[in-house]
Amino acid sequence: MKKQHTPIDDYRYKIANKEAWIGVGLVLINFIWWYGFAYGMGQKDPAEYTFILGLPAWFFYSCVVGLVVMIVLVTVVVKFFFVDVPLDDNDEVEER
Amino acid sequence: MNWEALIPFIGVVVFVFIIGIWSSRKVHTSKNFLEGYFLGDRSLGGFILAMTMTATYGSASSFLGGPGVAYTEGLGWVLLAMSQVVTGYFVLMVLGKKFAIVSRKYKAITMVDFLKSRYRSTSVVLIASASIIIFLFFAMAAQWIGGARLIESLTGMSYVSALFIFALSVLVYVAVGGFRAVAVTDAIQGSIMFIGTLILLIATIIAGGGISNIIADLTAENPNLITPYGAEGTLTPAYVSSFWILVGVGVIALPQIAVRAMSYRNTRSMHRAIILGTIVVGFIMLNMHLIGVFARPIIPGIEVGDTVMPLLALEVLPPWVAGFVLAAPMAAIMSTVDSLLLLVSSTVIKDVYLNYIKPKASNQHVQRLSITVTAILGAIVFVMALDPPDFIIWLNLLAFGGLEAAFIWPIVMGLYWKKGNKYGAIASMIVGIGLYVASNEFFPEPFGMHSIVLPVVCSFFAYVIASLATQKTENYPV
Repeated sequence: MKKQHTPIDDYRYKIANKEAWIGVGLVLINFIWWYGFAYGMGQKDPAEYTFILGLPAWFFYSCVVGLVVMIVLVTVVVKFFFVDVPLDDNDEVEER
Repeated sequence: MNWEALIPFIGVVVFVFIIGIWSSRKVHTSKNFLEGYFLGDRSLGGFILAMTMTATYGSASSFLGGPGVAYTEGLGWVLLAMSQVVTGYFVLMVLGKKFAIVSRKYKAITMVDFLKSRYRSTSVVLIASASIIIFLFFAMAAQWIGGARLIESLTGMSYVSALFIFALSVLVYVAVGGFRAVAVTDAIQGSIMFIGTLILLIATIIAGGGISNIIADLTAENPNLITPYGAEGTLTPAYVSSFWILVGVGVIALPQIAVRAMSYRNTRSMHRAIILGTIVVGFIMLNMHLIGVFARPIIPGIEVGDTVMPLLALEVLPPWVAGFVLAAPMAAIMSTVDSLLLLVSSTVIKDVYLNYIKPKASNQHVQRLSITVTAILGAIVFVMALDPPDFIIWLNLLAFGGLEAAFIWPIVMGLYWKKGNKYGAIASMIVGIGLYVASNEFFPEPFGMHSIVLPVVCSFFAYVIASLATQKTENYPV
């Protein structure tokens, strides 16, 4: 049943492992940004809030800007660090 | 009955149906019925992959329940909902290429297939299948209730007749179409959601007299509505952050999401889907929940949270546009139901029936059985949904949490940790599910966090300890 490791597996798995860790890293960045702005700026008395585009500043930075930042980060990471590999065992020529 | 809104609504739904049934013709020409019907021949491109992920996840919880709670809690709930943005990239990055490669090697069609080949254990397969069937029933019931509610508020029909119409259309659709039909229509539905939420948000802001005006109204009513802490100040940072596990990273363990992570054609599709998925999920989550909050000054005093969206759309939009926009949540619910139904029936047929009851069944036999089982399952959910509770989001989240607690480590560690074995997987599933159910029953919100956190942490240790303790007995490399 189980196939042995082949050199192509090691090469593909190394890439897959690296990309999985990038995913974990992005989540950490995302979380820190989201948490920092929301509870850093949002814990004041609502009477002292500042507003950007009508929204409370904590919300604007945490949720609106946070989303834009993540979209940019994800795009950059995928474009520059993610590598195309064949998914099937036999058709590496076609996919690469 | 509101015909002006109803006609575009029906039009969109029928259009989606036709596309689905048209695209399913390919299933019948596919060489392998199982792989075609349940996995679309592993041929999804980037756009469809991103949209089907989004649509499956952007279920009634975000489209009806979510905005409904946001209406009650204010901006704090939008903050919480934004934890879902991670699903857009995290699922495909972490399950990633490894999952796609390994599942092709194993010729796995379902998540249980993957577990079966990875751990080679009957107990793992049976525990996994049982938890999928049980928990997804809750999730499906929640979705059906949402769908029926929507039809109810749009047409003025009774809840039971609305439920009946909903059930019938879903059943016909899934039974005929299979995975590819579901995925293709997800793409259309995802697009409708994207555009629909945008239109509704803009109309809501205009109806409320601009964002500043709406925020001022909210502040005047209750200043807590514009803080991160919720209307009563009950949303603590620990509680809100724990949703990062429940609706964020934990989502990789949901079978309906995981199965999509093995369905794409090549890595280029996957890369596109990661970028596109992040954008689409982020926009829909932000817009949809903001709409819920902004609705408050415009239509005050709504009691049943699930009806906020339909009532708001009918209030701020011309009727025919409202019909189109409301097709968006309808689309979300339908695509979720479709894929859940498909998943439960694939579990029954592929993972239980073909594995243990009749392994040598003919292609035709399997085909007939798949459609029959799907129909029977639908009928059972219908009965469950007849007597619904008010807030569907909680029902839905219970099912999500249970599946996440069960599967997160057997999948992730199974992929990336060579020493993980079947004892680890079994221990992890039992500890995860057991603790989750017990926690919901006896000590909800331990340490101020959602009840998902503790089971996920404990099942990790269960997996590692049980695997390490049994290294001598058994050791399979990945």
